[in-house]
Amino acid sequence: MDQSVHKKIEYFSFAVMSPKQVLDLSAAKVVTPELYDREGYPVDGGLMDIRLGVIDPGLRCKTCGGKLKECLGHFGHIELARPVIHISFVKQVYDVLRSCCKSCGKVLIPEEKIKKALNHLEEVGAERGPEAQRRAVREYVKKYKDKGKCPHCQTKQGSVKIDKPYSFYEDDQRLSSIEVRARLERIADEDLPLFGFTPGVMRPEWLVVTVLQIPPVTMRPSITLQSGERSEDDLTHKLGDVVRINQRLFENINAGAPEIIIEDLWDLLQYHVTTYFDNGVAQLPPARHRGGQILKTLTSRIKSKEGRIRHNLAGKRTDFSARTVISPDPLISLNEVGVPMKMAMHLTVPERVTEWNKEHLITYVKNGPSKYPGANYIIKPDGRRKTLTSETMEEILEELEVGYIVERHLINGDVALFNRQPSLHRMSMMCHKVRVLPGKTFRLNPSVCNPYNADFDGDEMNLHIPQTEEARAEAEVLMLVQTQLISPRDGLSVVGCIHDAITGNYLLTKELVLTREEAIDLLYTCGLNDFSRLPNKAKIDGKEVFSMLLPADFTFYGKDKSRNEVKIIGGWLKSGLMDKANLGDGSGLMLRNIYADYGPEFTAEFLGRISKLGIAVLLRRGFSIGIGDLDLMKETQEQVNQIINESVKRAAELVDEFYAGELEALPGRTVEETLELRLLEALNKARNKGGEAAMHQIRENAALVMARSGARGNVLNIAQMTAVVGQQALRGKRIEKGFKNRTLTYFKEGSIEPAARGFIKNNFKSGLTPSEFFFGAMTGRDALMDTALRTPKSGYLYRRLSNAMQDLKAEYDGTVRDASSKIVQFSYGEDGLDVSKTKNGEIDVKGIIRVVVGEKQ
Amino acid sequence: MKKEISTLIDGYREQLPVSVIEKIEEELPANVTKKDATEILAKISNAYESSKVNAGECVGLVSAESIGEPGTQMTLNTFHAAGVAEMNVTVGLPRIIEIFDARKTIKTPMMEIYLQKEHSSLEQVKEFAIRIKQTLLKELISDVTINILEQEMKIALHKHLLEDMKLEKAVMLKAIKPKFKGFELNDTEEGFSLKAKSAKSDLKEVYALKEKMKKIKVHGMKGIKQVLPVKRGEEYVVLTSGTNLKDILSMPEVDAIKTTSNDLYEIQNVLGIEAVREAIIQEVMKVIESQGLDIDIRHIMLVADIMCVGGELKGITRFGVVSEKSSVLARSSFETPIKHMVGASLSGEEDWLRSVVENVMINQPVPLGTGLPGLVTKLK
Repeated sequence: MDQSVHKKIEYFSFAVMSPKQVLDLSAAKVVTPELYDREGYPVDGGLMDIRLGVIDPGLRCKTCGGKLKECLGHFGHIELARPVIHISFVKQVYDVLRSCCKSCGKVLIPEEKIKKALNHLEEVGAERGPEAQRRAVREYVKKYKDKGKCPHCQTKQGSVKIDKPYSFYEDDQRLSSIEVRARLERIADEDLPLFGFTPGVMRPEWLVVTVLQIPPVTMRPSITLQSGERSEDDLTHKLGDVVRINQRLFENINAGAPEIIIEDLWDLLQYHVTTYFDNGVAQLPPARHRGGQILKTLTSRIKSKEGRIRHNLAGKRTDFSARTVISPDPLISLNEVGVPMKMAMHLTVPERVTEWNKEHLITYVKNGPSKYPGANYIIKPDGRRKTLTSETMEEILEELEVGYIVERHLINGDVALFNRQPSLHRMSMMCHKVRVLPGKTFRLNPSVCNPYNADFDGDEMNLHIPQTEEARAEAEVLMLVQTQLISPRDGLSVVGCIHDAITGNYLLTKELVLTREEAIDLLYTCGLNDFSRLPNKAKIDGKEVFSMLLPADFTFYGKDKSRNEVKIIGGWLKSGLMDKANLGDGSGLMLRNIYADYGPEFTAEFLGRISKLGIAVLLRRGFSIGIGDLDLMKETQEQVNQIINESVKRAAELVDEFYAGELEALPGRTVEETLELRLLEALNKARNKGGEAAMHQIRENAALVMARSGARGNVLNIAQMTAVVGQQALRGKRIEKGFKNRTLTYFKEGSIEPAARGFIKNNFKSGLTPSEFFFGAMTGRDALMDTALRTPKSGYLYRRLSNAMQDLKAEYDGTVRDASSKIVQFSYGEDGLDVSKTKNGEIDVKGIIRVVVGEKQ
Repeated sequence: MKKEISTLIDGYREQLPVSVIEKIEEELPANVTKKDATEILAKISNAYESSKVNAGECVGLVSAESIGEPGTQMTLNTFHAAGVAEMNVTVGLPRIIEIFDARKTIKTPMMEIYLQKEHSSLEQVKEFAIRIKQTLLKELISDVTINILEQEMKIALHKHLLEDMKLEKAVMLKAIKPKFKGFELNDTEEGFSLKAKSAKSDLKEVYALKEKMKKIKVHGMKGIKQVLPVKRGEEYVVLTSGTNLKDILSMPEVDAIKTTSNDLYEIQNVLGIEAVREAIIQEVMKVIESQGLDIDIRHIMLVADIMCVGGELKGITRFGVVSEKSSVLARSSFETPIKHMVGASLSGEEDWLRSVVENVMINQPVPLGTGLPGLVTKLK
């Protein structure tokens, strides 16, 4: 088979290019800055020379004869009139110049000590990498340097200084690049390892450029504007400058121009070559376009997020993918994704024709690209692809036989990867089964919102269709939603019931008693059709209805949200309520146990059923919230008012105490700070107590039910809506300043009473006063800023962590090692346990004992 | 526990990790029968075997994800008064970043000093706290007058502060005397006076001395800026801001086992690399718990381990852990690609494509998970 041959790259090696290599590789010598002749044809010896490759359709490369896209391009060269220093190596050249003799080129370390030094340096290199070795060389040389004389030939040494970015001076005498190169040439190969250089890979004099390599035209294509004008790439521009100055330098040297002119041109050449390599050198003005835009040269092409490495090499793009807005559909299963029909007809799956599926595939081909389910392409065994249209259909139908590949439309049950950015953990990309649906959005079960961190306020998600059997198998086995139910972060479930599904089950298990008909109706809607376990009585308790969904031999002991015991024995919910603590994500230990005992498929199905049950309960019972739900009873209202008044009074007392000098400072604080802290504490108490009072009111209402069941909202939300919004705090303090000695001009200067420092007495239902509203807006803004500043910080932390740890893996022997097989841990996590296979990071010893001993009792 | 059962457990010591064995010993009911115990142990060992990590699992990336993902949920507020009476502590994301960066100077260095049992009554703890708090001379000075003609400086001290600290003036003066070279030190009613010994000396010197004098430590431990005795459970502990682990640990009344600092470099210098690893784990766990998050300790252990494998503390930065990688391309793909490639070309480095990004770059399977095993088939 043609696909079984893979070109495998074994390793990369890095080296410095010698002038000879550059010449050997060169397809053309560039001698003229002109690009095109009058006909618009590339000039011979110009930068767009067709020996360097072609970017025009129709032209053929003179070197290899290939057309556009066939020829990858060829390197050329410029012979520089005078050598220039390569900006990236300036530091190394400087180090070498400083530590080597100016006349004999030997390292300024006495002969007898060189060996010792080398040993030590190589040790450093092996231990901490070549980077550290070079650092150590410098130190070593410093020890023997500045003795004034070379220990080998006794020549007196000058002190070499660098004038950044690239000029060298020896005792205030400028060293020309020719002189620098000559000195580097004198250094013996034996001395190179001292500097961490590898002989054979590089020679120091190669760090001074004499022939400049020209990248192929294909690497710097010009673009033709609408006006027919050609716009050259930044690199071509820069190289044009180099060639121009180089030619002028040649002419001047040949004409015997005065030294000053030559020096100036030489410097200019050095500048152009430098900015060609790196246009961001600190001490140099960057080269610009005529418009003033900074040129993007070699370095800026490689580095940073938009550079070659991170953008093109480490980041890949893909076909067979789709993206659109998402919307919820509680009726599809947990591991399904609703795909719009239109998309299903564009995304395809390749299916190889065999004897057994031929007829089946022919029906797809007959439907063609515009009738669902059809096919868009066929691939012949020789690898050629044919588009399926009404014209080609007949022909294709005739020739289609075993071995062909049909790229058919997406159908229900196909494997797809579903993803939402930011992909912060592995549950951000899971495998779903396709469900083709009408409409134009992706549909997903609301229970999987949590792992994706998705909501439906306009979020978009991506869908990828794996194209090979291996990819599909891996996706299905390793990435399917039900295999990802338990987070590797803490060993708890990441998928659970949300919102209405929790409320519904809470109400069902708490207070509902149904007739037998109602119960059966309810259970039937959530996919149950075996009612033999249903107790044979006329009135059926909600707990019993819920128990019908549990496996008949399931036993579980736990706690619900209000810390009451939940007991499930033999598949019957005996006591406790079903709320967020058991059904929700994160905490849900009941789900975790079902997962461990009955496996992923069952858990996914179970989750789907209880979600549907919860929603069905609410549909039949009715559940809504209105402004009336925020009314407090008269007594409660009075109680709340009293609490607020007390707190405000307490605050006033504190202020009085402070002015009377009676307030005692807390250790390590001034009296003023103490007052602030005490005030904050007193006022916060008001809100907490007010909230408690509100929660305690006897009348049941929707807001309370939601908060108690954990479906949405909490005590604080209810307190703020019904009782008191409370103290607004900025950076752990009450709101301060703004104007001179006061928060708003509405208050008196120096006022420290609660209302003047951001205490909101009202609740959201009664409405806020203008000043209160403003304080609320202040804290709201602060929270927004906090999120906006936090996201990039934590993003960077994550990037660093993942970059540092991406190659750690658990080996077959249980150790954790990095890519170079260095052992990081002898046993992963000290016990070799995979967190996602444990219960909250532990083996459930207690549970096992309870099961074994419990069975006997 | 009955002997036969403990021998039963002993039989599993080889196979099960210590933590599980300990838990079994703790949880196993005293009256358990041998048959039950055998069954329990068999079930536990089964559960253990089936919960082990798969070979080839990319545990590093899982850890990075587990720490990075909840990072977005942490607070950014640098200073947070933890409780009403306690001191300011760096918490949340900034603290995590500080730890993983392995910063040399941290924002809020702190110590938690536990005292030996016999020294831990409230009075003793309070006395201890005052004793270790660093006091600079300037805190005691209430007034300084300079007589220009005489070149004499009169310093008045806060007497009540001296009393509070049980500091005898004479003793203190004797202690700080060597700091005033060229000046005569006299004990006076209000405090003390300093007079230039040689009449020629410059007035500038007197002013310089006035500034210098303020920074002289008269009492306590160097670096301990604040002290706060707090009740922790049954015990009293002293929280300090500013650290001096070495000197504090060498005090006889300090419980050196429990006492900690939050400065990783200080721990490395005083206690060594293993202590640093433990400190990283504890400090990170503390932050995570204070944020109400749940991250398994194994992930943090792994991070702590890669920061400490080299034998010295390394941050997760381009200068630390990442710079240690053997692969040029992996290093380049993180930060400063040019620097790495220049270095690689000079020493002729080779990249054997053993880790992840390099293989992503050239479209080859990554040596992790399912990319790891190879199958050999005989082709007919």
